[in-house]
Amino acid sequence: MPASGRRPPWFLLVAASIGAIGVLLPLAYLVLRAFEADLQAVQALVFRQRNLRLLFNTLTLSFTVLVGTTLLAVPLAFITVRTDIRHKRLLTILATLPLAVPGYVMAYALISLGGNYGILARLTGLALPRMSGLSGAAAALTLYTYPYLFLNLRAALAGVDPSYEETARSLGYGRTEIFFKVTLPHLRPALLAGWLVIGLYVLGDFGAVALMRYEVFSYAIFTQYHGAFDRVYAAWLSLMLLAMTVGVVGLEWRLLGRTKLWRSGSGVGRKPAEVPLGRTRPFAKLFVWLVILAAVGLPVLILSYWLLLAPPDLRPAQVAASFAASAAASVPAAALAALLALPVAYTAARYPSVISRTLERAAYIGYAIPPLALALAMVFFALRSAPALYQTLPLLILAYALNFQALAIGPIRSAVLQASPRLEEAARSLGRNRVEAFVSTVLPLLRRGIVAGGVLVFVIAMKELPITFLLAPTGYRTLAMNVFSRTSEAMLAQAAPYAAAIVVFSGLFIGFLLKHEGSR
Amino acid sequence: MQVMKINELSKTYDEAHGPVVERVSFSVRPGEIFGLLGPSGCGKTTLLRVIAGFETPDSGDILLNGRSIGSIPAERREIGLVFQDYALFPHLSVADNIAFALRGVSKQEKRSRVAETLSLVGLGRFGERMPHELSGGQQQRVALGRAIAAGPKIILLDEPFSNLDASLRDATRSDVRDLLKKTGMSAILVTHDQEEALSISDRLAVMNEGRIEQIGTPETVYHRPRTPFVAQFLGRTNILQGTAGGREAETPLGRLPLDREAHGAVLLSLRPEHLELLREDNGNAPATVLVREFKGHDITYRVQLGGIEYLAHTEYYRSFHPGQGVRVVPRAPAVVLQHRTWCTTERETPEAVE
Repeated sequence: MPASGRRPPWFLLVAASIGAIGVLLPLAYLVLRAFEADLQAVQALVFRQRNLRLLFNTLTLSFTVLVGTTLLAVPLAFITVRTDIRHKRLLTILATLPLAVPGYVMAYALISLGGNYGILARLTGLALPRMSGLSGAAAALTLYTYPYLFLNLRAALAGVDPSYEETARSLGYGRTEIFFKVTLPHLRPALLAGWLVIGLYVLGDFGAVALMRYEVFSYAIFTQYHGAFDRVYAAWLSLMLLAMTVGVVGLEWRLLGRTKLWRSGSGVGRKPAEVPLGRTRPFAKLFVWLVILAAVGLPVLILSYWLLLAPPDLRPAQVAASFAASAAASVPAAALAALLALPVAYTAARYPSVISRTLERAAYIGYAIPPLALALAMVFFALRSAPALYQTLPLLILAYALNFQALAIGPIRSAVLQASPRLEEAARSLGRNRVEAFVSTVLPLLRRGIVAGGVLVFVIAMKELPITFLLAPTGYRTLAMNVFSRTSEAMLAQAAPYAAAIVVFSGLFIGFLLKHEGSR
Repeated sequence: MQVMKINELSKTYDEAHGPVVERVSFSVRPGEIFGLLGPSGCGKTTLLRVIAGFETPDSGDILLNGRSIGSIPAERREIGLVFQDYALFPHLSVADNIAFALRGVSKQEKRSRVAETLSLVGLGRFGERMPHELSGGQQQRVALGRAIAAGPKIILLDEPFSNLDASLRDATRSDVRDLLKKTGMSAILVTHDQEEALSISDRLAVMNEGRIEQIGTPETVYHRPRTPFVAQFLGRTNILQGTAGGREAETPLGRLPLDREAHGAVLLSLRPEHLELLREDNGNAPATVLVREFKGHDITYRVQLGGIEYLAHTEYYRSFHPGQGVRVVPRAPAVVLQHRTWCTTERETPEAVE
């Protein structure tokens, strides 16, 4: 009978709480640190004119990126799902690939395009101004993050019951009117979900804004911490950024709460009919290929240029060492994240209740909070309570795992849901206690889910920049750090092999994931 | 002598919805197959899970061989379980599934006992197969073999045949019955299928809304139902109101003999096969045929008499057509029903066959 009424055993609750406590505890240290200064100093810090500018810049950047990604993703999704354009599958994969090009690599590509020594100048003698500031940061982030919205919208568009649109047509509405009055409202939940992910990413991004030298909260936290060494101010900036994150999540919940999610009737829904492009076909094609060219072609071309035409002092051994350094933190972090996620996913699947939902949400806090704020919190935590951990690899691994544990919950939870609780009960009726029953019957069935969750964390952690920057042991340099530091010192050719390594590695995994999505 | 005794067991999930299992008592004798029959949602599966130890009862007691097991965790109760979906471990072979039941046994003995069990359930050649490579009926037998191999005191079966095709169900049912009888295993079998419960059980309890309404042999429960619910759940029946005086009662069908003594207003049950239809062509027939359902081996008629409808079975060669006038003649005494009776303390309907 239903398991919902039952409470999970205490040891499961304890295990499932570890990840949440791991995130919340360091945040407490952040607050502690922020209130270390006396009241007057705090007032001076909080009501500084500069904070207003940071707030304004952060909001401007977020808004610009949201508008930009929407303008790219909505037509892209509509064209690749609902029209009679050819090679839909190929176009979809190409349009998703920018996820393999992290924001700082995208910024690197855009930066190396302009300027007196930029690629355009070298190839054509035409020196465009180097991209920087708001436009540069917004362009880099838009091109990197629009696939999040694109994928959400695709799923939603494919799921819209065609009878709504057919009804509207029979009532005399034209295609454009139908799109805005019928289709678009159905996409609202997908838009909100995509905007949330992108909004959180922009708030937390550090690489692209730092390279483009655009002063937003996360960039200011970094310069305060690294350059000015004002840690109390850095703590306050982190808290302000956290407050913005909470605001964004809260806003999303409010908006989503008022959205009625439509459901088409039971049974397998019909596939919506394809809209013939007709005379607009060349424009649609041009648009799709322009986006793909800018988001995928540009970074690939630029990396190829630096790698081939202007071969830097290529030292594969160094790139390999740097790759190994990234993996040395990412692999254990992936394992730890999966370990933290396992009890959370199991509790959520087997004992759905307020408690289990709260624990799951708490794990997502780690993913939603800006990585710099989390990293700073970890620094304060280590300095105060575990000095031996400060600037060690274990602390970096722990921070990665806390940051990305939420990513591992989904795949593991689906695997738990597929394993019948009857299996554990059968094992118990054959003399195994709860733990033995789980280990001998369900755990073997979760292997794929655990591996999938772990791989996801591994791939994302390989590209991680802000946390690595604050927590890496001295002398420890990952791929991402090499790209960032060389680019910020204008050593663009030297950055290329590291950036290429990241793009190729992530690209392979995204191709792999998409292939699996498609075969399902 | 009893293997298991259930005493006044109650379980409530949600106060607002009332108890799911309410003061249930019954006992199982050694080697007996005890059926728990009831419509879905009547609490029988919850009852089974309470007995197995996966749910905690609010009150009441469970005795296994005279020892109270209410506070013993599921894994130490020595109660075998066969689930509706069999719950074979998908990552283990058939042989390993059965070996799973054998703990603390030497490798050699394990092998011989697995082989023994496989041949017992008639799957001697299937040890190396994976569960998904077996048919539903074979999976069912592996699940039963696995439960038996652990050497439990009693086996609980939850809707064991509901996942099988109708064509497989009859054969598997008699296989399972033979297997249980061969090993002398006591069993409780939960089902919502009255035909299944009647054919496989030695005795059965009929459950409704969390309570047991009647316990007895299949023949007793079918022929002498105690309540309107039991009478109707076990097959089609005619419920009549009457006024009793001793062993007879005045009813709309005339004066009827009763199965036991009763006085005053009574509720009576008469199965359709206990009503006979006779031709009455003289124009003043008391009853009229309304509907005829031909079912091959017999025919069911719906007839109207004095504004009330009755069901009657006749042999295949006695044919009436709708609109025809008939006389309705009872062929067996009517069964006296109680409005509501609960077996809160174990009380079995005596096996009185007249």
